[in-house]
Amino acid sequence: MIEIKNIFKSFGKSEVLHDISARFERGKTNLIIGQSGSGKTVLLKCLLGLYSFDQGELIYDNVYSSKMNDEEKMNIKKEMGMVFQGSALFDSLSVLENVRFPLDMLTNYSEKKKNEIALKFIERVNLNDAINKLPSEISGGMQKRVGIARAIVLNPKYLFCDEPNSGLDPKTAIVIDNLIQEITKEYNITTVINSHDMNSVIEIGENIIFLKEGIKLWQGNNKEILDSKNIEVEDFVYSSELVKKLKKN
Amino acid sequence: MKYLRDIGKYFLMVKLSFTKPCKKNILYRLVFKEINDLVLDSIPIVSILSFFIGGVVSIQMALNLESPLLSKTLIGFATRQSVILEFAPTFISIIMAGKVGSYITSSIGTMRVTEQIDALEVMGINSLNYLVFPKIIAMLMYPFIITFSMFLGLLGGLLAMTLTGVPSEAYIQGIQMDFDIFHVTYSYIKTLVFSFILATVPAFHGFYMKGGALDVGKASTQSFYWTSIIIIIVNYIITQLLLS
Repeated sequence: MIEIKNIFKSFGKSEVLHDISARFERGKTNLIIGQSGSGKTVLLKCLLGLYSFDQGELIYDNVYSSKMNDEEKMNIKKEMGMVFQGSALFDSLSVLENVRFPLDMLTNYSEKKKNEIALKFIERVNLNDAINKLPSEISGGMQKRVGIARAIVLNPKYLFCDEPNSGLDPKTAIVIDNLIQEITKEYNITTVINSHDMNSVIEIGENIIFLKEGIKLWQGNNKEILDSKNIEVEDFVYSSELVKKLKKN
Repeated sequence: MKYLRDIGKYFLMVKLSFTKPCKKNILYRLVFKEINDLVLDSIPIVSILSFFIGGVVSIQMALNLESPLLSKTLIGFATRQSVILEFAPTFISIIMAGKVGSYITSSIGTMRVTEQIDALEVMGINSLNYLVFPKIIAMLMYPFIITFSMFLGLLGGLLAMTLTGVPSEAYIQGIQMDFDIFHVTYSYIKTLVFSFILATVPAFHGFYMKGGALDVGKASTQSFYWTSIIIIIVNYIITQLLLS
């Protein structure tokens, strides 16, 4: 579980996050949603430790990040996996080498064991036919699946996904969403997903935080969001004419 | 202020590149890859440039030393001095700022744009050590390229003189005339300093670049601009310190 208490973050004079408190549960798909520029990515990067915040507390399973020394901070990073918006695969490495990369860098396993583990996770994301292909030789959806396999290969406690289905067709996007949710349950991970895709919200949003201009305006789940009684949330949820028509019917 | 901040940032980057090293077997693999990409792949262009520029230098020397009172050995002597003292270490380094420098900036810059550097950081890997340190180590092989360039430059001069009708014995005698080993030492000191600049300045421009694909191109241009300027200034300082 990850908890944040009264987080404030500014870049120069511009305040990006204002007094945000939230709890991201283990074994659940936690979504941070909001329009572009609402502070989702900054909040996710704060949770990852890539950005420091100006005020507030960040707690990983009852351990306060402010009380961690450098080594503890480095160790907690080894328990995190990240799926990037653009997959962020290493261009010159094959699918197998990309998935094996964290094992090569951070473990002392034998070559055989590293290959076994990597192949197990490649199989988990159904990419057995692409192990020797380069990222440029596979589709966007497959690249996302490689990114997911690489993110979970070290059995992380925490999985962060930055708009994991952006740039994908709706059908592939649902496949990726469901894969993330299945993995979250299977490995009992605390998953935090940054998204502005309503399909994802409805499909896998077990705990949703809605941000607007750096302020947390609403928190609930995928059932509650459709009837949130919050004007800002409704504006976001029913921004599409199609969804508005569906609601009327 | 921006320049001062960038200078500070550059030295911090260099310091961080030497900290939290990655595993030895990974480092060996990265270093050999960089030796191939940065050093061995540069041999063809360095060979062609050195051979022909060596020829041109000797022809120009011959043109300026036409007086019957001047010995033909002076052509070899002057060509040797130009090639060893300036052409091979400095001129080739500026060419390498374009070839190797833009490669380093664009490869690291592309990794920044496509979030690959963020991916390394999230894994708890020191991205500067992983990306920059192997390049610094690989560039320790750079003096071999310069040695090669010196040899080919003098060989180009010999061929040009043979074709021009200057006796090759006179040219070779000129190359050996008044040979001062310190000039070679000076040249290698410069080369080692330039190799460090060639590895780190373009890496700095790639690592700290912001923006998208277009900005990778801009960063490469900036990298060439600053690497060349720094090489020229450092060349002056080292020459002033060692030869004046």
